[in-house]
Parts: sequence; structure tokens; C-alpha cells
Amino acid sequence: MIRLLQIEFIKLWNNRASKVLILSYFVLLTSIALVAAIKFDIGPIKFHLAEQGIFNFPYIWHFNTFITAFFKLFLAIVIVSMMANEYSNKTIKQNLIDGLSKKEFILSKFLTVLTFAAISTIFVFVVSLILGLAYSDYNEFSIIFSDLEFLLAFFIKLVGFFSFCLFLGILVKRSAFALGFLFLWQILEGIVRGLIRWKLLDGTGTDFVMGFFPLNSMFNLIKEPFTRLSAVQNVANQVGESFKLDYHVYFHEVLIVMVWTGIFIYGSYALLKKRDL
Amino acid sequence: MNTILTVTNLTKKFGPLVAVNDLSFSIEKGNVYGILGPNGSGKSTTLGIILNVVNKTSGSFSWFNGETSTHEALKKVGAIIERPNFYPYMTAIQNLRLVCKIKEVSEEKIEEKLALVGLLERKNSKFRTYSLGMKQRLAIASALLNDPEILILDEPTNGLDPEGIHQIREIIKKIANQGTTILLASHLLDEVEKVCSHVVILRKGVKLYAGPVDGLLASHGYFVLAANDQIQLKTFLEKHASFGKIEEFNGLLTAYLKEELDAGELNKLVMDQGILLSHLVKRKESLEEQFLTLTKNRQS
Repeated sequence: MIRLLQIEFIKLWNNRASKVLILSYFVLLTSIALVAAIKFDIGPIKFHLAEQGIFNFPYIWHFNTFITAFFKLFLAIVIVSMMANEYSNKTIKQNLIDGLSKKEFILSKFLTVLTFAAISTIFVFVVSLILGLAYSDYNEFSIIFSDLEFLLAFFIKLVGFFSFCLFLGILVKRSAFALGFLFLWQILEGIVRGLIRWKLLDGTGTDFVMGFFPLNSMFNLIKEPFTRLSAVQNVANQVGESFKLDYHVYFHEVLIVMVWTGIFIYGSYALLKKRDL
Repeated sequence: MNTILTVTNLTKKFGPLVAVNDLSFSIEKGNVYGILGPNGSGKSTTLGIILNVVNKTSGSFSWFNGETSTHEALKKVGAIIERPNFYPYMTAIQNLRLVCKIKEVSEEKIEEKLALVGLLERKNSKFRTYSLGMKQRLAIASALLNDPEILILDEPTNGLDPEGIHQIREIIKKIANQGTTILLASHLLDEVEKVCSHVVILRKGVKLYAGPVDGLLASHGYFVLAANDQIQLKTFLEKHASFGKIEEFNGLLTAYLKEELDAGELNKLVMDQGILLSHLVKRKESLEEQFLTLTKNRQS
């Protein structure tokens, strides 16, 4: 297993474009700490974002995992191209001839995906922990370590999304087209949602059905955290609105994404096995 | 002798096209094999199948008497298929390190193999800066990293300039002299003739011949002759029982033997007839001529 990771590491780390993207991704993950520095001080209006409660435990787990998940697009580019480049350089052929089995080939890619997701999760955990300790109003041990399921959801979400990228890379064989396909798929899910809502089902029913689509199910894992902020809720209460949203991470949602991950990885293997190179 | 590879009734279909048809042969340790055939005869497809990159339609093959799985066996094989494929953004050393990881061998032989193919000075250059000849030589170095039981080369000189072709051939000869088993696919017959002891001949996916180069045709060779009296010589040869077909070209007579006849003996025979030879050469058919005869025979 270590050998497979080393193989992939040599391929990625010697590629300047991949290296720059990976590094900037982790810099961006850290940069969420900069949000803490957002501070307006214009005469009577004093606004310090860090003091609005976004860094309160356990809310910070929710907020940070939701925001940082957007940065995954950087790694998506790396992952799609690390797969597609094997085809365009024909190095996949050479790898197999040199004695890598097709199973090992997919496994080395999947292990890399798991590693990326794991490192990202640890990164977010550490950054959030430091930010929280610095700004949170509550610092009791039991509160700090509650709601950690958001981190699990974050990990599952990344693994699912990256597996989808991997699969597209194998399916399309060209990185630019595979990324294009990813956006197309996003739009397609939007269109399908619109059609179902328009002709078939009511709001709840549509959400239920859409929960089974890959990108939508990944998005569902961590719900938007903004309406949970007390500041936002205060404003809403003033205008006579109240949010009754469910923020929890549900097991069935995690399961759906895990099933998709399995389908994508197995699909990649099946495609590779079936194809003549 | 140790069998390295056995191929049994191998068939590959691309839709309606049969690229390899019921092919069987085996490869023994220590010989240099050539797979011969015109373009599109199924050479590369056959190699692709035994190297795990093309799926077979039916039949089977087994490496080292089937003791290990194909991908494990391939770690003991060195192979180059068509164009050299490496990571363009990595240097020669980095690329070879990766191959070592895949093959699970130590990295200590990298320099030695780079020296063998004459790339040691360029070891830290990126692969994309290499010329085609250098790329092909790097591919050979890479295939040799594990000191393979068998080296498989598919059209190794394709697209190279004369100097590059010469370099590659020298390297192949060097390797063959070390006793490494080689399987060389080519449509260049003289290339195969120069280095191979055994050949497998394919045409349209069908095996025409497999065995030693010498046994390819039961031919006794031919004489190329010229004499002071060409007409008398021709009449004599036509009457003689040892000769079959006689051709005249450019003032030289080519007489094909039906049975063994020594050059000295022929010289004496014509001398007795009062014919003085000005030119006498005994030749074996080249592989090319044998190949063409063989393919022609099978067509009719």
C-alpha cells in the first residue's frame, strides 16, 4: 500500500502544475483563518466578523467544513489531470507493462484520493481548533468536541467528489473535457431538479429524489450554516421570519455518498479492465 | 530448457476484424526470437495481449509455466511497445525511479543501465527534451532495470535515423550476447535476420511458421554465375538434375538448387564441359526472399 502511494507521489510531486495546485489548495484551507481578520471600524459602525459568533464551538465545525469544501475544486483539477494525463502520455500502458496490475493502478489513485481527503480533514480540524480556541465564547471540553460529525461528513464528501473526478478522468481521458463534463453534470442535475419540481413532485419530494444524485448528495452532507448564525436569526426574527432548518448530518446521506464512491471506483476499474490500451 | 512463455490458441477480434487468429507458439530461455510480419499482421496485438494491455478474445497464454499471475510475471520482463512512454515532465532518473518502484527492484542499477545505453550525461534532463533516439534508448534502459528474463521489443528502430538505428542494434546485440532471451517484433526482415535465431511469422493474424530461422524453408540455396559462354552454361545447367529454375538478369545467371551441391564441385563440373566461370557465388536465400516465398505459397 505504501508502495502504491509512493508511486503516485513520484508522479504528482515532480509535476510542477500539480505541485502548485496542491500547495495553493492547502494555503487556501489555512486562509480561512484570515476571515477572522475581517474588521470594519468606520466611526460608529464597528464590525468584527470573528466576534459575530462564527468561530464559536461547536458551530465552527459546521461553518469551516462548509466553506472549505468549496476549495476542493483545486484538487479536483489535480485529480482529473493525474488520471487523464496517464492516458495522454500513454504512461498507463507502460505502467501496466512494467508490472502494475490494473487493480493496483486504480488502488494507487484511490489511496491518493483518500490521502488528500484525510489531510484536508486534519488541516481543517487543526485550523478550526486554533481559530475556535482564539475566538470562541465557549471553551468547555465537551462543547469543543461536540458536533464533530461535520468533519466526518467533510471527509466523506471529499472522497466522494474526488472519486467522481477520478472516474471522469478515466471515462473521458482528457483533463479539460473531464472538467467540462463535471460542470455539465452539475448543470444537468440542476435541470433534472427543475423538471422534477415542475412536472412531478412537490418541494420535499424533489429534495428526496435529488438526494440520490451524486453531486447533490455530496452537497447535502453539510447544509448551509448561515441561517444558523444567531445574528442572521435575529434579523430574520425582526422581519417576522423564522428558520426551522435541519442542520444535522444524517447516516443515510453519508451512506448514499459512500455508495456513489463505491460505484465510481468500481466503475473506473471496470472501464480500465474492459478497454484495450 | 526453461519455457518462458507459452501461447495457446490465442485469438483477438476487433469487431469483425480478426487481428490474431488461433495463434500458438512458445518461447524458450536463451534464444533470440523474431516475430515477423507486415504492418497489421497482428504482431503488436499479440505482444499487447501477453503484456496485459490488450484483452484477448479467446485462448490463453502463460508466463513461466503459469507459476505466477501475469502482472507479477511482468516484473521479470522488460518490454518496450511502439513509442517510448514516460512522464515528460520528469527527468530520466525520476522516471527510472518510478519504474523501480513499480517493478519492486532496488534503484542501484539506474546509473549502470543509463551508462549501457549512453545516456548517463543526460540523466538529469527532462524526458520531453530528449530526441526520439534518446527516448528509445531510455526505454531500453528502463526495460533492463530488473535484469529481465526476457526482453520484448516492438519495432525498436521504427522512426529512427540511420545512426539511431545503428545504436539500438548495437545495444540489442550487446544484450543478446549476455544471454538474455529476446523477443523482437519487426517488419524489417534484415533486422530480424541479423539478430534472431528463431522466428514466428504472421500474416493477417495467422501463424505461417514458427521455429529456427534455418528451418524456415527447406532450400539448398542458389548459385549466381557468369561464364565466357553464357548460352552454353545455361544449357548445361538446364540439363543438370540438381538445378531447378534458372533466371538470367544483368548478364548473371541465377540457378536455384533442388539438392545439395558444393560450389567447388560445380566449378569442376563446368570446367569439364570447357566452360570457364568468371563469377561464382553460392548463396542462401535471405530471410526476405524466404519470407516472400512463404507468404506467396500460402496465398496460392
